[in-house]
Amino acid sequence: MNFNGHGVWAIYRFEMARALRTLWQSVVTPVITTALYFVVFGSAIGGRMQAVDGVAYGAFIVPGLIMLSLFTQSIFNASFGIYFPKFTGTIYEILSAPVSSLEVVLAYVGAAATKSAVLGLIILATAAFFVPLQVLHPVMMLAMLVLISVTFSLFGFIIGIWAGSFEQLNFIPMLIVTPLTFLGGSFYSIDMLPEGWRTVALFNPVVYLISGFRWTFYGAGDVAIGISVAATLGFFALCLAVVMWMFKTGYRLKA
Amino acid sequence: MPVIEIQGLTKTYKSGLQALKRVDLTIEKGEIFALLGPNGAGKTTLISIVCGIVNATTGTVVADGHDIRKDFRAARTKIGLVPQELTTDAFETILATVTFSRGLFGKPGNPALIEQILKDLSLWDKRDSKIMTLSGGMKRRVMIAKALSHEPDILFLDEPTAGVDVELRRDMWAMVRKLRERGVTIILTTHYIEEAEEMADRVGVILKGELILVEEKTALMKKLGKKTLTLNLIEPLAALPAELSDWDLTLKADGGELEYSFDAQADDTGVPSLIRALERLNIGFKDLNTRQSSLEDIFVSLVHRDGEAA
Repeated sequence: MNFNGHGVWAIYRFEMARALRTLWQSVVTPVITTALYFVVFGSAIGGRMQAVDGVAYGAFIVPGLIMLSLFTQSIFNASFGIYFPKFTGTIYEILSAPVSSLEVVLAYVGAAATKSAVLGLIILATAAFFVPLQVLHPVMMLAMLVLISVTFSLFGFIIGIWAGSFEQLNFIPMLIVTPLTFLGGSFYSIDMLPEGWRTVALFNPVVYLISGFRWTFYGAGDVAIGISVAATLGFFALCLAVVMWMFKTGYRLKA
Repeated sequence: MPVIEIQGLTKTYKSGLQALKRVDLTIEKGEIFALLGPNGAGKTTLISIVCGIVNATTGTVVADGHDIRKDFRAARTKIGLVPQELTTDAFETILATVTFSRGLFGKPGNPALIEQILKDLSLWDKRDSKIMTLSGGMKRRVMIAKALSHEPDILFLDEPTAGVDVELRRDMWAMVRKLRERGVTIILTTHYIEEAEEMADRVGVILKGELILVEEKTALMKKLGKKTLTLNLIEPLAALPAELSDWDLTLKADGGELEYSFDAQADDTGVPSLIRALERLNIGFKDLNTRQSSLEDIFVSLVHRDGEAA
């Protein structure tokens, strides 16, 4: 037996069942939050804003909003998924089971990414009720959606292993990811920033992700699509490397 | 045939605590091995290393012919663990969590087997209950069911009867006997020495990270076992007469009982001469009995002796 498929499937199903059990929290809450964003930014404020890059403001923010949910939900799902067994002690079973670290990552990250990708699509469908949408490159859009879900689930998984308390679990999403996302052009094009701030913004990795995703919708972004894809893949590789290192050394998992 | 071979195992935690100072141990296939030791002796650390939860600092463990590091899949598939702490997924149902465990250990689904395990542990009627609604004893049964779900050949029970009621304890020992009949090797740690005494084939005593003794239970009890003679006196004695100072005697129950502890294996146990001496001194007794010391007495004396040496 070189691959414990039953084991991966068991963890994946367990994690998906957890989401279904808390359906309200998992799906309905993000959808309502997104709808509120559309009401506030799309209708109330957007009506007074001019089009950005030839796209109506309400439609312009859709990719950014999906990204915002994707980041937070991926991180939340994956970090909670692995942190909670650590917190309750049920992790003993995973550690004592014949599953390799790669299989554990595959199962937890796979489940978290599935949940956020599905959620991303639900938000997209919700958005279609509020604004006229167009997706120029649907295949690329889906590919980016999945890749970013997986990457941020990996990132969340790392946070979940690293965190020693619920406070630490919330620390990175609240204090780093959310600000970077807001500053990363979810609701505006960074071209709208003054020259100096624009340069600063380019150091924000989230800019590349949002810009790339927006490109799949409207064929235009703040940076070239190639750079966006490269940045996304780079972040993915970095997270993967960190996770493998954690399991290899037993970091914060095994005494 | 050995089923677990532990060689030169040591564990030093990051805090500097040396939990295991070189342990060598061989467990035979199909036996029940009881690991005794006070709290903090290293019992759980030893079990956790074999099960893959804690990394050893040095040393090797081979389970059923598979190195637990290099060949962890094959080794862990054979091993089931019931940990000491009641750690369960509160929101899961019994059936779901036991089915999950079987899958996690790489086995295809087998509802009939899961049903049988749950019935054996009196859990079947509650299979759709969430774990958080169960009592402590029921949770313990769930953890046993999880450990048995993948049909392990080697079962670790870490303090299985801590905080468990009489009924469950009885059920559990019935189950252990049944498993042993099927050829499952069982390694358990316990504070209840009478359980080790009743169940185990061999006993290991671990103290401050060292296995200070591994022995057949019966041989151990014979070798270290002392017998106690208790005499119920007709007239209580205020003090021991000087004539009896040759015997290891103590007065109990306000002088109403005389206790003599002796080595049952010795050529001269001192019992007949004591009786004669009592007659000479006109000390009458209405009843007498002798008692073989229990594993607990042996254990306490071992731990005590080591404490003096240290």
